[in-house]
Amino acid sequence: MAVQKLPLAKAINESLRVALDTDPKVLIMGEDVGKLGGVFRVTDGLQKDFGEGRVIDTPLAESGIVGTAIGLALRGYRPVVEIQFDGFVFPAYDQIVTQLAKMHARALGKIKMPVVIRIPYGGGIGAVEHHSESPEALFAHVAGLKIVSPSTSADGYWMMQQAIQSDDPVIFFEPKRRYWDKGEVDTEAIPGPLHKARVTRAGTDLTLAAYGPMVKVCLEAATAAAEEGKSVEVLDLRSMSPIDFDTIQTSVEKTRRLVVVHEAPVFYGSGAEIAARITERSFYHLEAPVLRVGGFHAPYPPARLEEEYLPGLDRVLDAVDRSLAY
Amino acid sequence: MTVESTAAARKPRRSSGTKRAGARTTPQPKASEPQLVQLLTPEGERVKNDEYDGYVADITPESLRGLYRDMVLTRRFDAEATSLQRQGELGLWASLLGQEAAQIGSGRALRDEDYVFPTYREHGVAWCRGVDPTNLLGMFRGVNHGGWDPKANNFHLYTIVIGSQTLHAAGYAMGVAKDGADSAVIAYFGDGASSQGDVAESFTFSAVYNAPVVFFCQNNQWAISEPTEKQMRVPLYQRAQGFGFPGVRVDGNDVLACLAVTRAALERARGGEGPMLVEAFTYRMGAHTTSDDPTKYRADEEREAWEAKDPILRLRAYLERESAADEAFFAALEKESEALGRRVRETVRAMPDPDHLAIFEHVYADGHALVDEERAQFAAYEASFDSAAEEGK
Repeated sequence: MAVQKLPLAKAINESLRVALDTDPKVLIMGEDVGKLGGVFRVTDGLQKDFGEGRVIDTPLAESGIVGTAIGLALRGYRPVVEIQFDGFVFPAYDQIVTQLAKMHARALGKIKMPVVIRIPYGGGIGAVEHHSESPEALFAHVAGLKIVSPSTSADGYWMMQQAIQSDDPVIFFEPKRRYWDKGEVDTEAIPGPLHKARVTRAGTDLTLAAYGPMVKVCLEAATAAAEEGKSVEVLDLRSMSPIDFDTIQTSVEKTRRLVVVHEAPVFYGSGAEIAARITERSFYHLEAPVLRVGGFHAPYPPARLEEEYLPGLDRVLDAVDRSLAY
Repeated sequence: MTVESTAAARKPRRSSGTKRAGARTTPQPKASEPQLVQLLTPEGERVKNDEYDGYVADITPESLRGLYRDMVLTRRFDAEATSLQRQGELGLWASLLGQEAAQIGSGRALRDEDYVFPTYREHGVAWCRGVDPTNLLGMFRGVNHGGWDPKANNFHLYTIVIGSQTLHAAGYAMGVAKDGADSAVIAYFGDGASSQGDVAESFTFSAVYNAPVVFFCQNNQWAISEPTEKQMRVPLYQRAQGFGFPGVRVDGNDVLACLAVTRAALERARGGEGPMLVEAFTYRMGAHTTSDDPTKYRADEEREAWEAKDPILRLRAYLERESAADEAFFAALEKESEALGRRVRETVRAMPDPDHLAIFEHVYADGHALVDEERAQFAAYEASFDSAAEEGK
């Protein structure tokens, strides 16, 4: 039976297992990824089955994790490293931005950097400071990196294997509040391209574009809007670098309205990039300015305020109404 | 036998009476401080060392001449590059003047299958690895970020961000250990880099995983204008102990000692005994780069004291003392040196600017839609000038 119902975390776990099994050069590295199986148990059981030489508990040093992964990649390995939480990636930011991203170009293509950096990201789990951030735009701005985020178990399973097979460094943002959401995974399916957006729900009046944790919220918003007679199309972008603008353009030229939703702050966020490009591409098709819904230009708040900070159903629907009012 | 640390060499700064020298209130290294490994005195006398003599027992008069040739040609290349920068042919140059012994000694200790992670000043090590010196100039001329294939000579590209490459070395060495390969890795860095977190993390990782890596620090006393007192309070090589591996300080202006100590460290690493830190105590006789002005922060007396310990003069004195080289050798080397300078000059001047569309090359190995789009747009934009010129005819 190739189809299983799995939570996202388990789907990624299964995917890592397949990768370790298929390619002896694949390594898992990170803090607590071994015996504990990661703080979210995404690597649960892998060290037991593949050994300490393949699933490597590292010193508590993020720059060291990414920096040594670069060295291992130079030696021919394909490291998949875990950064325990979004806000902990910054000690490694220098290695990611100045080294990992640029190594292939610096070497005029003579060396490749098949490194995957897994980052559980985003809010909604009532965590303390630095455990709920969405720093994807900070990475998407850097040429040389690819940025993806699955929203479903099937994508968690397939996108992870595609990311590991990529010869480019991939930052793999895992929506931590969706880790326990179950979805069907067909392990014998033929997956689509890693960077292609998907029309998750078809509609005719307006397009909602989201990725990772916000896809679910947008689907709920589309359902609610349908009750009011509005037909909302929902796109799961899946990849933030590159962004599949063709799929967004096709949708927008049909619905003529676009609202981009993400948890990250709106200011300089991926919504800004999408709004600008879609305005360039589809100016004469738009009936309303592209609107954005996301976090505020403020530090991620303490947990008791995160429901106010994060875009919820009401804020998405409000943006839908504002767009349709033009 | 070992000799005292270089407290004496640094003292003249005190007597300069300038505000700069006087401002340095931190304690100078004391005679009681641990000593450094030396096989050749500044006067070119061979001194016995029970621990390390064995590592250079194979050195013949011919190989000594080889080391001398390496140092002379490296210095000549370096001088040519400095001139080329002054003539506007290079945007910047980071001179290795004074550090030839540390680089040639350690570089000649390597085997082909060993892998090198340099900073941006390891021109002498590159020379030992067989990288054509003119390839080192592309990045300083601004035509590329590294003009050689790292895998062709197991010599990685220059790394500009301070200390980053030490982690790459630790990771690469972890891979070497996994592969069970009989080789080692060497990471070069400076005294300033020792303050970087990445260097500390690379020590931790390599110790924890027992990685076959030699950390080779060229302590050239200055990180641009910051003296070592701004980087450390205990001699650098002692830091290794806290990470669980040995450290040794070697006279960085003594090519024979650098060769012996690096060979020992590499042998140890290859033998599965893990990392080692070598601190080559040396001196940057020139500026940090051609953009720097060392007269603003250091006294002439200091440089003069170090000139007396010049690595090339030292080996020449030894060669002459041992009658290991004759006038014909030095004359031939002089000619070779001039020829190298000429070749470097001509090659750099002939180096073409890259194609405009090279901006978009090798950003990604597997391609990226945005890069493809921007390349096409920029190509069309540039072509529009051609067609406009065509129409204007």
